[in-house]
Amino acid sequence: MPPLLDVRNLTTHIRTGRGTVRAVQDVSFTLEAGETLGLVGESGCGKSMTGLSLLGLLPPGGTLVEGSSVRLDGRELVGLPDRELRTVRGNDIAMVFQDPMTSLDPTKTIGHQVAEPVLLHRGVSRAAARERAVEVLGLVGLPQPRRRLSDYPHQLSGGQRQRALIAMALANEPRVLIADEPTTALDVTIQAQILALLADLRARLGMAMILITHDMGVTAGNTDRVNVMYAGRIAESTGTDRLFSRMRHPYTQRLLASVPRLTQDPALLLPTIPGLPPDLADPPTGCRFADRCPYATARCRAEEPQLDGTAEHRFACWHPVDGPAPAEIGGKVADAVAGAATGGGEGAAATTGLAEGPAAAGTVVRPRAPEPAAAAAPLLEARGLVREYPLRGSWLPGRDRRVVHAVSDVSFTLARGETFGLVGESGCGKTTLGRLLVGLDRPDAGAVTLEGTDIGTLRGGELRRRRRDLQMVFQDPFSSLDPRMRVSAVLREPLRIQGIGTAREQRARVAELMAEVGLPERGLDLFPHEFSGGQRQRVGLARALALTPKVIVADEPVSALDVSVRAQVLNLMKRLQAAHGLSYVVISHDLAVVRHLADRIGVMYLGRLVEVGTAAEVHRRPAHPYTAGLLAAVPVPDPAQERAKRGAGIGGELPDPAAPPSGCRFRTRCPLAQERCAREEPALRSFGPGHTAACHFPLVAPAADSPSDVAAGRP
Amino acid sequence: MTAADPGPVAAGPPVPGRPAEAGPLTAPAARRPWAAALAGNRRALAGLVLIALIALFCFAGPLLYRTDQVTVHLDLAQLPPGGGHPLGTDANGYDVLGRLMAGGRSSLELGLAVAVATTVFGTLYGAFAGYLGGIADALMMRAVDTFLAVPGLVLLLIMVSMFTPTLPGIVLLLSLLSWLSPARLVRGEVLTLRTREFVQAARMMGGTGPRVVLRHLVPNAAGVVIVSATFTVADSILMLSTLSFLGLGLPPPHADWGTMLTGGLDFLYDGSWWLVYPPAVILIATVVAFNLLGDALHDALDVRLQRT
Repeated sequence: MPPLLDVRNLTTHIRTGRGTVRAVQDVSFTLEAGETLGLVGESGCGKSMTGLSLLGLLPPGGTLVEGSSVRLDGRELVGLPDRELRTVRGNDIAMVFQDPMTSLDPTKTIGHQVAEPVLLHRGVSRAAARERAVEVLGLVGLPQPRRRLSDYPHQLSGGQRQRALIAMALANEPRVLIADEPTTALDVTIQAQILALLADLRARLGMAMILITHDMGVTAGNTDRVNVMYAGRIAESTGTDRLFSRMRHPYTQRLLASVPRLTQDPALLLPTIPGLPPDLADPPTGCRFADRCPYATARCRAEEPQLDGTAEHRFACWHPVDGPAPAEIGGKVADAVAGAATGGGEGAAATTGLAEGPAAAGTVVRPRAPEPAAAAAPLLEARGLVREYPLRGSWLPGRDRRVVHAVSDVSFTLARGETFGLVGESGCGKTTLGRLLVGLDRPDAGAVTLEGTDIGTLRGGELRRRRRDLQMVFQDPFSSLDPRMRVSAVLREPLRIQGIGTAREQRARVAELMAEVGLPERGLDLFPHEFSGGQRQRVGLARALALTPKVIVADEPVSALDVSVRAQVLNLMKRLQAAHGLSYVVISHDLAVVRHLADRIGVMYLGRLVEVGTAAEVHRRPAHPYTAGLLAAVPVPDPAQERAKRGAGIGGELPDPAAPPSGCRFRTRCPLAQERCAREEPALRSFGPGHTAACHFPLVAPAADSPSDVAAGRP
Repeated sequence: MTAADPGPVAAGPPVPGRPAEAGPLTAPAARRPWAAALAGNRRALAGLVLIALIALFCFAGPLLYRTDQVTVHLDLAQLPPGGGHPLGTDANGYDVLGRLMAGGRSSLELGLAVAVATTVFGTLYGAFAGYLGGIADALMMRAVDTFLAVPGLVLLLIMVSMFTPTLPGIVLLLSLLSWLSPARLVRGEVLTLRTREFVQAARMMGGTGPRVVLRHLVPNAAGVVIVSATFTVADSILMLSTLSFLGLGLPPPHADWGTMLTGGLDFLYDGSWWLVYPPAVILIATVVAFNLLGDALHDALDVRLQRT
């Protein structure tokens, strides 16, 4: 019996102005019913294009090259006339796209959109299609599906929209579901829910699934087999367990090693993959990974390895590795700093291709304050910060004055040289808090003090001078640099505004900054769009460093970057901190990133700081159920662990911040919630030195005679 | 494994020419994407060439082809094309070809002057309104709405019938009417730009409002501004022709295409085609040329937006 889906020599070429892009090259795999195949790799590696090619949904100028074959149940799909192919799309093979914001038509109701594929393929009546829509919306766990039919996409939350998209894909009971980064745009908690839903649906409906993702953690827990793709080709293909424990391709090894993990020693640098995937319009002659591979030899550059090996483990490499890389492969933070100091400048080391490789071994005491509870006065302090945004129109007479409680009574301190990590789901107020800290926004109550000065009271020139000490690194490297300015102008601007130095000194400083973040000096004459995302984020870091600040607030500094580049930027941040004694406030939804960078972690939920403690403590002994739930929801790149916890995590979604629940704000989603939680707002209690949490029913016993209410400054 | 693992230290010398993430750095994209896009765009090229030819005709033409456009020669009136007058003469005995050149000068000067004035003022007005936001924005934009509510042609007619029109006077009047659309366009653009993180970054460095507007917002809104300026040139030339056609344009001995058309219409039934078609054709050609250029610029910008 033939496999359900049999893909042979799939090759997609796209003609563009720059020449022919070989987006997918010679990809072959099979898929059985009930099986999930993962397609992983960095962006631009042809994962999505493979998915689209299966359906014949090619971009303008795209063609499937002679010899490509896609067989569904023995029926050849390549070369089918479009009319017949349409009966397959959305019927036998359905697709779930990445971005639930743009994949739904904002002008049509959910009911209309979910019923549409049924109408198209089944030739049933409108009423019957509607009934089917109700049925599948219920199947994907959308509450009150019948009432949701007449809702428009904007009335649903991101997670609900993704559920609606999945419902659309499932409406005709497809035999193959292609999910293209189905959870990338979602929070970890919602991600866990959606992945559990997909696994459950696959089991119940007996579908086969192709899961396209860049996240090794998601891959680990949700696939049976994995194809690792690199530069349009399959680099390695095997069962999930085997891939994670006994990978053979250096790319797989490096990709996996560069993922920050919760359990990792933060003193170690993350191993990185230097460089970028090759340009597919002009692929290299030999192995496509050779330029970035530490094991590459002359043969790798001359001869392209074919996908070879046993039937259950195929890989394309001349010098296969055996199993994962050791954790120390990236080197230590201290070593990198020492190497930079003794080894002829960081810039040189950073641009050589293996940026974080220590040039000289040696142990240097980390010039950081390891004790968060240091008695010295804090560098930055937030006291009882409150920020509320009035809802539109609420100033009109006769309407309720409704406000969004973005930040409610948040207090914490940051010591010199320390990193404070802020985590929470999107909408929890962590970005607003970050803006308050750097003075981009003013609190409605409370104060931010920097070395004892309340920055909220500063005006004019005084404020401008103080800004030197407080800088920010932004999330989106595409919008944080002015597209019309050359990099040299971008980096000089802070110096110009602050009137620091002569033109010559400014130019020298700019060159120094470029070297510091590991970018070549000739990059100064380029515009931001000529850089990759990781390089742009380096420019953003260099700009923040230009004024030699004391505190840098980094809002999701790596969430827009690919895994391998992410590791490079995280390492760079660590190195800069050690070299300059910087203090960071790192805001991220990714607990693993925060765990890797931060000395102390603050967990935010709906505007409140619900738990604060040292990174190790919060990770090892979370007191608040929300923290525990967040930790459980983080996908771990370990198949056994990931499968064991399926279905765990936090249910539900973030409540409306304009009408937060009474008492404990987390109670609506808390498994331990009792009546008291609705009545009484929990105060921060101590759970050990420097560890506080606000919960009536904490997961660990609080420290005796905790001076909680006083510390939190509450009545 | 650890023994055999070369690690990053022993990974061999760096590959020459491929520093970390150097991909895009080694192959810089087109430095001026606009210029490149324009050069490859036939409509833009056609528009530019046509504009250049018309400008050459109007400004350099009189140097080669000298005519008297001041003194009335009734003895030479209504001569058909031929002889010393390739396009004949009009009812006052002016040479039509020479008059086309003189009329074109005032039309082009007016169009460009209005475009520059409205673009500069409208852009700054819109950029500050959008950047300031809140009440300032509301007040500034209601002022724009008020101006927009005034029917332009009626206002123009009233003004020119009250005062004797001069070229600077008409430039001022037309500018008053047409700065509104760049102001609105730029404001809309700035509203989306100001939420971008690079604007916040400039504020983080201590950048002042005017600096943010002039250094970051206006350059980034330049695309829409240039497109709108191109269309303004065409609109102003048409507007002047309309006024002149209604007999309310620049007074004699000033020449312009609209007045020529009016004069010609009276004699169209006498078969004096040379009084109507030449000014009509060159007027249309000019307007079409500027619109072509504007359209092409618009497309070129769109391409740029897709790329980034």
